[in-house]
Amino acid sequence: METTMDCESLRSSVVSRRSLLLGGASFAAWAYLPKFARAADGRDPRLVVVILRGALDGLATVAPIGDPDYAGLHGSIALSSNGPNAALPLDNFFSLHPAMPEFARMYREKNAAVIHAVATSYRDRSHFDGQDVLESGFAGPGRVQSGWLNRALEGLPKGERVMSALAVGPTTPLVLRGAAPTVGWAPVAVPQAAEDTAMRLVELYQHRDPALAAALKQGLALDKAAQGDDMKPKPGTNGVAAMRLVARGAAKLMAADDGPRIGALAFDGWDTHANEGGPVGRLAQLLGGLDGALAEFESGLGARWRDTVIVIATEFGRTARINGTQGTDHGTGTIALLAGGAVKGGRVIADWPGLKPANLYQGRDLAPTTDLRAVMKGVLKDQFGLAEKVLAENVFPDSSAVKPMQGLVG
Amino acid sequence: MARDSQAALVALNRFGLGARGGASGDILNAASDPRGFVKQELARPNGVLLEVPGLQSTPALGKAVFDYQFEIQQARDAAAKSAAPAPAIEGQPPADAKAQRRNLSLNSIAMDMAPREPSREAPAKLPENPDAAMASAEAMRANAPKPPPAPLNVIQKTFRAEALARLQRAVIADCGFTERLVVFWSNHFCISANKGGPARMWAGSFEREAIRPHVLGRFGDMLKAVEQHPAMLFFLDNQQSLGPDSRAGRNRNRGLNENLAREILELHTLGVGGGYSQADVTSLANIITGWTYAGRLGQLGPPASFVFNANAHQPGAQRVMGKIYDASDVMQGEAVLADLAGHPATAKFIAGKFVQHFVADDPPPALVARLADVFTRTDGDLKALATALVDSDDAWKAPPSKMRSPYEFLVAAGRLLAQIPNNPGLYLTALNALGQPLWAPAGPNGFPDTNAAWAAPEGIKLRLDISAQIAARLADGVDPRDLLELVAADAASSETRRTIERAESRQQALALLLMSPEFQRR
Repeated sequence: METTMDCESLRSSVVSRRSLLLGGASFAAWAYLPKFARAADGRDPRLVVVILRGALDGLATVAPIGDPDYAGLHGSIALSSNGPNAALPLDNFFSLHPAMPEFARMYREKNAAVIHAVATSYRDRSHFDGQDVLESGFAGPGRVQSGWLNRALEGLPKGERVMSALAVGPTTPLVLRGAAPTVGWAPVAVPQAAEDTAMRLVELYQHRDPALAAALKQGLALDKAAQGDDMKPKPGTNGVAAMRLVARGAAKLMAADDGPRIGALAFDGWDTHANEGGPVGRLAQLLGGLDGALAEFESGLGARWRDTVIVIATEFGRTARINGTQGTDHGTGTIALLAGGAVKGGRVIADWPGLKPANLYQGRDLAPTTDLRAVMKGVLKDQFGLAEKVLAENVFPDSSAVKPMQGLVG
Repeated sequence: MARDSQAALVALNRFGLGARGGASGDILNAASDPRGFVKQELARPNGVLLEVPGLQSTPALGKAVFDYQFEIQQARDAAAKSAAPAPAIEGQPPADAKAQRRNLSLNSIAMDMAPREPSREAPAKLPENPDAAMASAEAMRANAPKPPPAPLNVIQKTFRAEALARLQRAVIADCGFTERLVVFWSNHFCISANKGGPARMWAGSFEREAIRPHVLGRFGDMLKAVEQHPAMLFFLDNQQSLGPDSRAGRNRNRGLNENLAREILELHTLGVGGGYSQADVTSLANIITGWTYAGRLGQLGPPASFVFNANAHQPGAQRVMGKIYDASDVMQGEAVLADLAGHPATAKFIAGKFVQHFVADDPPPALVARLADVFTRTDGDLKALATALVDSDDAWKAPPSKMRSPYEFLVAAGRLLAQIPNNPGLYLTALNALGQPLWAPAGPNGFPDTNAAWAAPEGIKLRLDISAQIAARLADGVDPRDLLELVAADAASSETRRTIERAESRQQALALLLMSPEFQRR
């Protein structure tokens, strides 16, 4: 009881002081996870869910270079197995984006895996609704009271409380929101709006308010100048350095004996409609940040990395064919990535649908052949021993037809 | 009844503090009867008062701040005497501080992670400290690992309580027109909390006692209440001003301080081109010598209450603007103020500022002339002035060319997102970052009221950063597409609508909505 009150007072003081400084990426964890969820084999498992908001281009991240139609569809931004920025081969068919050498290493060490041509049950193309489905675990949009990760926690046996309080960040991702209490943390200095948001606003102002357009453009230029070297990472939420920073902090917290066992965080900025870039460019930068974040988790978790699974997912994919602005529009099938010492890695798991025009979903998107819920269920089942019935009824309601994917962990 | 969404935007944003979210129906009501929506608040003069349990009168606050400063002084003196370090005066750490620290282990790890690279720091923009006054000092070390925050002293506590009461009122007000009037008059007759402890202590009570009761009353009454309020007397140094020939002046060989007299003429009444001379300033300064407030010991009256100290008053008649004032007491100054309030230059000055605030940087001359006429005819009836503004067609026809001030912007965001603050910290920090620290303008001319000030490049960029942070906290659970309907309905431009619909996340969409011309302009 006393400890609870401490939590409350800490919460209010910290929130008031720091709320304005929090960026879009936040970290949250559940406070009541049993300490030894897997007492039988002595494991003390960790799970991190990373949400990539904006829809990741799965075909650009894990490229099906062996598919004869890939290069034509992805055109000028397609990855290639040779040349100065060659993609990193994962097997005879798929290659990884060259901005992700750490993930490639983990993959070689069999601590990372790819699930390709995956999608949630959502089939329209609104980011908001797509993220709701991804995170709520419900089959359709509009159910935003709780997330599947939070409901998974409720399915676990109530155990010893493993941690008390943590500095509170106000944005808990929907995936972790719900009845089970969460606490959060965020690095203090991520104050800038994302560059992508600024560019969209400049665009709007150019159409509607030229005076504000001029002012904002100048303000952005001033900021850049103040930061000196353009090539240095921007301090915004989406900056490569900020992604590493969030991961570093989260890893250190989760490595603690009294630290959280489950975490969720979100990275923004994956909505690459224009100038997506190929082996180098905008997406490459973001992927580099993600790769760096994974490396931070690996080093920060130390001995705990052995029992860790990180799941990376996004609301949907992007069009197979590039658009008129060297980017890709909202699509359907994409990838999910797994990394961590507990992952049975070194594999690209895919029921590959092919990229022939007739095989594309609605003639434009990579067709999904794997339900993302199967991946999540497989991880939850293997990592925490959650029963299939609980997964099918509570965690992912009405999903009994979607069986947990076998053998992802172990 | 026909609905006019463009007129609704004028009602909500030019005159009010923006549409409230949730089920307020503000945009519909404003569209159905735009003028009625604005004028409804004018019928309730008592609604302008801010009477909140726990907020104290200026004398009560004065006693607390005098005692606090006295304690500090005594401690300093004692320390100086013993050459030992001064004891902590701010009070003991709370009993639970230790317990908090115990539970901070993970937090300290997190703090240890705080960025150190200078390129990543933006502390100057968003200092974490709760009070604007100490912002710059705090900013220097905003990213250093922090000890648990020190308990607030009585001045900080009071300032935050006053700020919170004002912000809560602004966020819940129906239209917000009278709150906008309060802000306008409070800025016209501004003090600065940065002047010192008493000013910070009284910033809120000054507005509650000298401004609010007269926002729908008479200008002359407001003028007198302001110039006799301890906060204003302290802010413009009048408590130090002694008549050179007064008993106190002769004894101490000190004299006049013209500060308050000049600002009364230049900023509060006639305006800089209002036809007064330096001789008028000096005369008025003489006239208001002795206008002061009682100190801690209460020798002149209850501490922190207005008193006329005859010992400090310059004896004799004075000529101001061609008229002789020969009363020998406080009536002498009060007579000057009454005449200044009724002067045609004052009517013109006030009308121009009023229209510039609400309508356009270059106020339409016909509208200014009409309002000046109303002001004169009604003997400075401020309700009549406000009503005349709302009744004029010019005020509705002008395009939305004004930027919302930082305060209007943040309050509008709070209203739209239905966030009734229970802590003023976020607002104070953001206002500070955006260059409009609450009750603390840089000078006695108050905050600027033009686009040049608020649409500056750095300011717009900062607004964007703050919008993004508001969105990061509050985007969950709201649909920015629905909010756009509450903000502008079918007056929203197709470009804004598209920009919001195509945003990559709720957070981004909300940030863009808050930055849209529909939300920023009024």
